[in-house]
Amino acid sequence: MTVPLTLLGLLARGQPTHGYDLKRDYDSHFANGKPLPYGQVYSTLGRLARDGKVVGGEAEPGDGPDRKRYAITDLGRSEVMGWLSQTVEPEPHLQTVLFSKVVLALMLGEDAAGYLDAQRAAHLRRMRELTEIKRTGQTVDALLADYGLFHLEADLRWIELTSARLTALAQVVSDDQKQLGERQ
Amino acid sequence: MSEFILEARDVHRAFGQTQALRGASVAVRRGEILSIMGPSGSGKSTLLHCLAGIYTPNQGEVWFDGTRVDTLGETKRTELRRDAFGFVFQFGQLVPELTALDNVALPLLLAKQPRRQAYAQAAPWLERLGLEEHGDHRSGELSGGQAQRVALARALVHKPRVLFADEPTGALDTLTGETVMNLLVTAAREEGTTVVLVTHDVRVAAYADREVVVRDGRAVTTPSSAVA
Ligand SMILES: Nc1ncnc2c1ncn2[C@@H]1O[C@H](COP(=O)(O)OP(=O)(O)OP(=O)(O)O)[C@@H](O)[C@H]1O
Ligand SMILES: [Mg+2]
Repeated sequence: MTVPLTLLGLLARGQPTHGYDLKRDYDSHFANGKPLPYGQVYSTLGRLARDGKVVGGEAEPGDGPDRKRYAITDLGRSEVMGWLSQTVEPEPHLQTVLFSKVVLALMLGEDAAGYLDAQRAAHLRRMRELTEIKRTGQTVDALLADYGLFHLEADLRWIELTSARLTALAQVVSDDQKQLGERQ
Repeated sequence: MSEFILEARDVHRAFGQTQALRGASVAVRRGEILSIMGPSGSGKSTLLHCLAGIYTPNQGEVWFDGTRVDTLGETKRTELRRDAFGFVFQFGQLVPELTALDNVALPLLLAKQPRRQAYAQAAPWLERLGLEEHGDHRSGELSGGQAQRVALARALVHKPRVLFADEPTGALDTLTGETVMNLLVTAAREEGTTVVLVTHDVRVAAYADREVVVRDGRAVTTPSSAVA
């Protein structure tokens, strides 16, 4: 999960910070439409404190949970820096939902082509939303939207190609099924 | 008044032995930006040419704003294309010896507008598309992206009802293509122009309100468009 690391990264900017301000900064830069619940901010900070990656300061007068400022420790800082220097596994997404659904649909004699058409439409709908954000938003929004757009585009190219190969794929799946049947 | 400004109904079109369209139907709403997608050779361009009255179908009907287009005589269809439609293709097809401004003014001059008036109407379009500094450059000297913007200005200068665009960003890199699409969409929205956009690029199609997929000469309306 990137939430703890992102919060650590926000603290690595230097100033000890209230949970509330961390949440606000997180939401404005990283939430991407999904604001971080307060509960998660405090539970995450709690775990980071337990693991020695942040320290909570003295409780300040007043009420509510938000009376502490949190500061990053050396351990926390080296964890963030280590994370930033690692590349993300360039894993193929093929094994996931799309592929399973197509193959299962073929196995079960369901409408795989119809599924792919519907999925294309859903992908395009999302691309349209992101394109509109790009057209009307700030550069930062455009960068995020672009990331999503390129990934959706990759999925869509796979969807196109799979649509075109569906007959061949159906043959393979049905041959496999037959072999299985013979063995049983 | 129909909700649709432009319609192809069960259109068939062959080139010799090749059946390019085999019963394609598509209806375009007023002010809508519609993308036509589909694999290479599926009949996208042929469908666009039929909708625009450039090709006549062998069978089926084409309607524009209450007028049946496919049965019009050649002269009437030429007039219709000149007055009501604008076109952008993959390669700008500008006249290379003329300046950018000349190219934009050309459709107006061909429609017999007085010279002064034609140029007065053309000049703001260059500015609108960020080309004010290139007005007196010969269009053969422009970059691909600049040339496409000139082509867009030329297609829109006479305020067409429908803009037909066939792979308008096909020869451009991603960023330049986006600039052109942004300008195209912005101008079309401002002018209320209906757009028929042929593309195989999903990122370009995502600028449209809705998509139609052509496969084996037939147009498939996808579920999202049924919802829209
Ligand atoms: N003027 C023509 N003469 C002969 N055949 C043609 C002509 N125009 C199109 N065709 C054929 O009709 C079919 C559909 O062509 P069309 O140009 O409409 O496809 P497309 O979907 O636009 O393809 P692409 O994405 O490659 O531009 C193809 O088999 C093509 O070879
Ligand atoms: Mg084509």
